[in-house]
Amino acid sequence: MFKRNLILAAVTLALSGPALAQDAELAKIREEIKQMKDTYEKRIQTLEKRLSEAEAKAGKAESTASKAETTATKAEQSAANAETATAAAASARSGENAFNPAASLILQGTYARTSQDPNNYRINGFVPSGGDVGPPKRSFGLGETELAFASNIDPYFRGIAIASLAPEGGVDVEEAYFQTLALPQGFSVKGGRFFSGLGYLNEQHQHAWDFQDAPLAYKAFLGNQLRQDGVQLKWIAPTDLLIELGAELSSGSQFPGSDRNKNGVGGSALLAHLGGDIGDSTAWRTGVSYLKTSPSGRSYQDTDALGGVVTNSFTGSAKLWVADAVLKWSPHGNSTYNNFKLQGEYFRSSQDGSLTYNDTAGSAVFGQVTGPFGATQSGWYAQSVWQFYPAWRVGYRYDRLNYGSINNGIVANGLGPSAANFPLLASYSPTRNSVMLDWSPTEFSRIRLQFASDKSRLGLTDNQMLVQYIYSLGAHGAHKF
Amino acid sequence: MHKYLRFLLLALALPAASPALAALNIFACEPEWGALSRELAGDQASIYVATNALQDPHHIEARPSLIARARSADLVVCTGAQLEIGWLPLVLTQAGNPKIQVGQPGYFEAALQVVLLEVPASVDRSQGDVHPGGNPHIQLDPRNIAKIAAALSERMAQLDPPEAGNYRARTKAFLERWQQAIARWEKEAAPLKGMSIVVYHKNMTYLEQWLGMREVGELEPKPGLPPTTAHLSELLASLQRNPAKAVVRAAYNEPRALEWLSENAKIPAVTLPFTVGGDDKAKDLFGLFDDTLARLLAVAK
Repeated sequence: MFKRNLILAAVTLALSGPALAQDAELAKIREEIKQMKDTYEKRIQTLEKRLSEAEAKAGKAESTASKAETTATKAEQSAANAETATAAAASARSGENAFNPAASLILQGTYARTSQDPNNYRINGFVPSGGDVGPPKRSFGLGETELAFASNIDPYFRGIAIASLAPEGGVDVEEAYFQTLALPQGFSVKGGRFFSGLGYLNEQHQHAWDFQDAPLAYKAFLGNQLRQDGVQLKWIAPTDLLIELGAELSSGSQFPGSDRNKNGVGGSALLAHLGGDIGDSTAWRTGVSYLKTSPSGRSYQDTDALGGVVTNSFTGSAKLWVADAVLKWSPHGNSTYNNFKLQGEYFRSSQDGSLTYNDTAGSAVFGQVTGPFGATQSGWYAQSVWQFYPAWRVGYRYDRLNYGSINNGIVANGLGPSAANFPLLASYSPTRNSVMLDWSPTEFSRIRLQFASDKSRLGLTDNQMLVQYIYSLGAHGAHKF
Repeated sequence: MHKYLRFLLLALALPAASPALAALNIFACEPEWGALSRELAGDQASIYVATNALQDPHHIEARPSLIARARSADLVVCTGAQLEIGWLPLVLTQAGNPKIQVGQPGYFEAALQVVLLEVPASVDRSQGDVHPGGNPHIQLDPRNIAKIAAALSERMAQLDPPEAGNYRARTKAFLERWQQAIARWEKEAAPLKGMSIVVYHKNMTYLEQWLGMREVGELEPKPGLPPTTAHLSELLASLQRNPAKAVVRAAYNEPRALEWLSENAKIPAVTLPFTVGGDDKAKDLFGLFDDTLARLLAVAK
């Protein structure tokens, strides 16, 4: 008996538990339905109001001339439009795709004429950065097609992925990172793959640049642009002046680092930026960044004195300092009609370690020789862009790299390969002059004409003419300052 | 020595402490919301206005000073309806301030408080710079300002409970003055009813709807696209058939195309302040409407 009671009690409990929960749930659902009803009622009321307004207009119009009739139909039409729009909006919000991330697509392409073969492009005097740094291919060419998705993940994180579709096929992940939204006190963390906050131009995507290609300093010291696989911590000071400090830890697998297959952090960067306004018309930002990587077996190909293939590989440490400054001016801060932009960056790179020379695959004269290697080199560019008429801009850029000094222990000890076996490292300081004119009928399209006289190659001038288009489809992206 | 040290400490502490003196740190995207916040919060708030009346609210850059100011803001007051889409999302994600993220109490969108006009049935960029939510230039209907004021004041009270009574009292007083002003403006503006105007950009829609004015053309061939000669001559031809009373631009719209049309169609050109600070007389919200009506009435005869 007692047992049966117990069972009964247990069963009632078991049944009433869910029942209670169901009641609570029901109440919740009722509440939700009520809320929905309320919002719909409100919406219907506004619609009715609008409709009656439109009808009133229509009524008035009818009583007057035939011209007024058209406004009446217009009003009715707009009321109908409003109705469908509200209905559409309501269905869009409740559908499965309501949480789709913002998607955008960038279309790019060029027409290029170059007086030198772009396949032989090199920056003499500097260790090749391995990046895709050459000018675009001759004649018509497709640029990178960029596909971007971005959305808040939850109240704490935002996610962004940008894939670049190469014209020859293949997909490259340009950026794919999460970013915190809820850290207090001006802190935020980014993680995944992202463009480093180093310098000024590095964080911007190619389609947002003012010229078709990167400054020579970016090509020589960062292989176009520094992409970090790692984490970034940023802090913004609670001041009216922007003071932004950041630190990045990464695998350091990209030039000037290299893939190391080692545990731990391969690259680290420190960033500091200051920025503010001068009156209504001028905004500025300046900063200093420092990057340290530890490349291991970072190799590049050169040719020896006999024309044979040589593989040189460097192991050691590579440090890079970058100072950047940008200033933007427009009358009263209204950049729609006229605006002016001045920017410049200075790079100083120092590398210290050992270099291994290996010609076994080529002439096989010296075999494998290792010696100490050190290089201190620098480079800078300055550019300005002037929007002289709505939608029309003209710009000029000057690039210079300074050879500085390279201490190649292999050459210095005089027993093995001589300087003639390192033609890429022969003393040379490249320069380049570029001018551009672009037309942007809206913020979603841009067509650019660019001329450059590029002296990256020792003793050769490459005269380049480029026509470039950039189109932006989909979600309205916000551009960085 | 001791005195100097104390002075030094004070000097260091002051800049850090000064924003904390005011209870609420407000970041207003446009001058009208800065002015409204000032009316509702008085000295209770420290208010930073991100843009000025001579700037095109569609084209603002996420400049460093905006990120710095958003970092310490308790409340962001913006128009919304995608007016700030080109810069605000970037400022919000870069500021490192969880209080002002979308959906938080510290993020206030004025456009959510009013019924938007010109909601497009479908959106496509071939139609120009259209906003899917509707026309975002809501501030030139004073009845909208009243609705927004009520909601904004509640938001301030929610964020700063100790001063809630203060915000509500100020808002009540403001709304009383505002309703009186609306009644006066509507009386004064009676001659504007039915007045036909040509505008530069579709940013006067709410003003027209309030006063019963008729918009018979825009200088921009499509919203956001600069006027073209072909479109202007078409507009001129239609104005010669059906003349309008005025061609109207906001202070931030460039004057050249407007002047050309004004001269050729022999219709007066009017520059409206559009927002607080758009001219010398639009010093606050009351001045904004006083001056807007005065300028329109001057050409309405």
